[in-house]
Amino acid sequence: MSDPTVPDAPFPQAARVALADSQLRRNLGHATRAIRAKRADAVAELPDWEQLREAGRAIKERAMRHLDTHLLELEAAVTAAGGVVHWARDAQEANRIVGDVIAAHGADQVVKAKSLTTEELGLNEALAARGIHAWETDLAQLIIQLSDDMPSHILVPAIHLNRAQIRELFRRRLDEAAPDLSDDPGELAEVARRHLRRLFLETRVGISGANFAVAETGSVAVVESEGNGRMCTTLPEVLITVMGIEKVIPTWQDLEVYLQLLPRSSTAERMNPYTSLWTGVGEHDGPGEFHLVLVDNGRTNVLADELGRQALHCIRCSACLNACPVYERTGGHAYGSTYPGPIGAILTPLLRGVDEAASLPYASSLCGACYEVCPVKINIPEVLVHLRRRVDKHDPERAAMRALARVFASRRLYEAAQRSGRLGQRPLARSGRITRLPGPLSGWTAARDLRPVAPESFREWWLRERG
Amino acid sequence: MRPRRAALFITCLSDTMYPATGRAVVTLLERLGVAVDFPLQQTCCGQMHFNTGYAAETIPLVRRFVRAFADSEVVVSPSASCVGMVRDAYPRVAALAGDAGLAREVAALAPRVLELTELLVNHLELEDVGAFFPHRVTYHPTCHSLRMLGVGDRPVRLLRAVRGIDLRELPQAAECCGFGGTFAVKNADTSIAMVTDKVRAVLDTGAEVCAAADNSCLMHIGGALTRQRAGVRTLHLAEILAATER
Repeated sequence: MSDPTVPDAPFPQAARVALADSQLRRNLGHATRAIRAKRADAVAELPDWEQLREAGRAIKERAMRHLDTHLLELEAAVTAAGGVVHWARDAQEANRIVGDVIAAHGADQVVKAKSLTTEELGLNEALAARGIHAWETDLAQLIIQLSDDMPSHILVPAIHLNRAQIRELFRRRLDEAAPDLSDDPGELAEVARRHLRRLFLETRVGISGANFAVAETGSVAVVESEGNGRMCTTLPEVLITVMGIEKVIPTWQDLEVYLQLLPRSSTAERMNPYTSLWTGVGEHDGPGEFHLVLVDNGRTNVLADELGRQALHCIRCSACLNACPVYERTGGHAYGSTYPGPIGAILTPLLRGVDEAASLPYASSLCGACYEVCPVKINIPEVLVHLRRRVDKHDPERAAMRALARVFASRRLYEAAQRSGRLGQRPLARSGRITRLPGPLSGWTAARDLRPVAPESFREWWLRERG
Repeated sequence: MRPRRAALFITCLSDTMYPATGRAVVTLLERLGVAVDFPLQQTCCGQMHFNTGYAAETIPLVRRFVRAFADSEVVVSPSASCVGMVRDAYPRVAALAGDAGLAREVAALAPRVLELTELLVNHLELEDVGAFFPHRVTYHPTCHSLRMLGVGDRPVRLLRAVRGIDLRELPQAAECCGFGGTFAVKNADTSIAMVTDKVRAVLDTGAEVCAAADNSCLMHIGGALTRQRAGVRTLHLAEILAATER
């Protein structure tokens, strides 16, 4: 099975496809501009936003430093509350554990709350191979599943589709859709609701991810907008929660910070409509059996990276995607991973190794918009540059960069290069513009002129006037 | 502190391709009573190498920069991006080099390296620099001036005080033009999509001049403008602030 976090194609190549898709450009441009403005308003309401961000960063940094302790504490608390904790080294182990629990109950279908971690693991495909059908119940995730598509956004997986496209999909794939279904959002939601209600009532096993898990109490938190996630975590007899080990926070009080940071950053809401919290199993209500699967799948390697480990602080709000001028134009699929956008451009190579995603650290103009909006202050540009240092360099770029570095390292060579540049550009420069460059530099002149070397450099002027 | 002397860190790009910007900085600062030095040993700050992942190649350039400006009390540059490189990345380069001496020299020098509008507004406490520029201008606040140095609206306050200017607000101003150093070549298609939107925003203002405080971004925006024969020129902020009524 292919790894859903490893890109098939280099970013520039994948981006070219997206950039040419006018419908996608329109859908994405509209959506990201709207959410950017709303987020800015929601954040501006809080006078202590910067302190909250700093608290969010500091709590995560500390939690990572003592991750081993917190995870064992979480395991003890969940076990004491009647849950079963499993440890999974990688995707294969995690998928096997989940499959075994389902099989032990003789179930052939499960309902799933929206979960990026299970996307990362390729859980649905692994379950399908064992004859178990996993139904996605988050509306956007359902749309993605029905269209055999890939999510293109962390929070809004179907952001690249509009309602006309969704109407076509529902008419094709859902029995509940009438032939005269319109693209009215209310009507579309009603079709999905009828489809999902039946599944919620007849399915015995539910699967969820976790936004947070509190070590001291053993409580798991899922934050969502639709309530479908809560259906998955409360109606079935058995609940399996799959979470990355970095999702643990030390104390109940820490939640206070993140439950303020997350909704304002992700959906620009003061508070999200549904925050579900549960601790183990209850006597009278909810699932009678609770399994918590703690997944590593590369996270320990990220933790060992002193600069890169801040990527594990991510609370999956997607503010960086919405703020990113690259994402706005290419969409999520170009990143070729469960984790798209700026956070994906660092998380994917960190989790899987830079060799598996060598083009992603370069998929950014380093404009810093992601860092500016990140609710836990992940310095994404800093980590991008850090990862670029680890990418294998090749000629001719490597040779050119080395030669240029030698030129810059000497005043004599630098000044000689200015003079020879002036001569060398003669065949290229026309009426003060260079309109065509050779080789890898031709990308610049595909749509932009280049300014030629000036007839007199500044230093030549200085020496002539002041020297 | 009101500096009486400043060393100009011209940047390799402006030295080579935009010498008029350097001359404008000299004219402007001298008019404001600040004597200008130009240490001739300076070349390139190494930003392109560092940001493309060539840290080892950056180290000698950092050493060179620190030596060239060691004796300067204040260093001023018409590039937020290159100033950001010195203040933000030089400490990391020194750490990567494992050179504690270099780290100390960087720590001593970096806070003295100022972007032009920082020197004018924060240190000389000026907004009106006595400029005259009777043209319709829109201002693109570059990413590194906004988000790395946090210069805020200082450039716009300086521009507003220019006599004769017709300053037009740029829509989606804070969005990147798509330059990003080697990004413009490595991800040319995405970069072009970004600059196309930036150019559209510039044209929507009806301005005849697109100004910024960084020639690298202006090289990018200007390259797209001339390719499209848009009839809008780019100009560094310093050249507007240096202009006076004759």
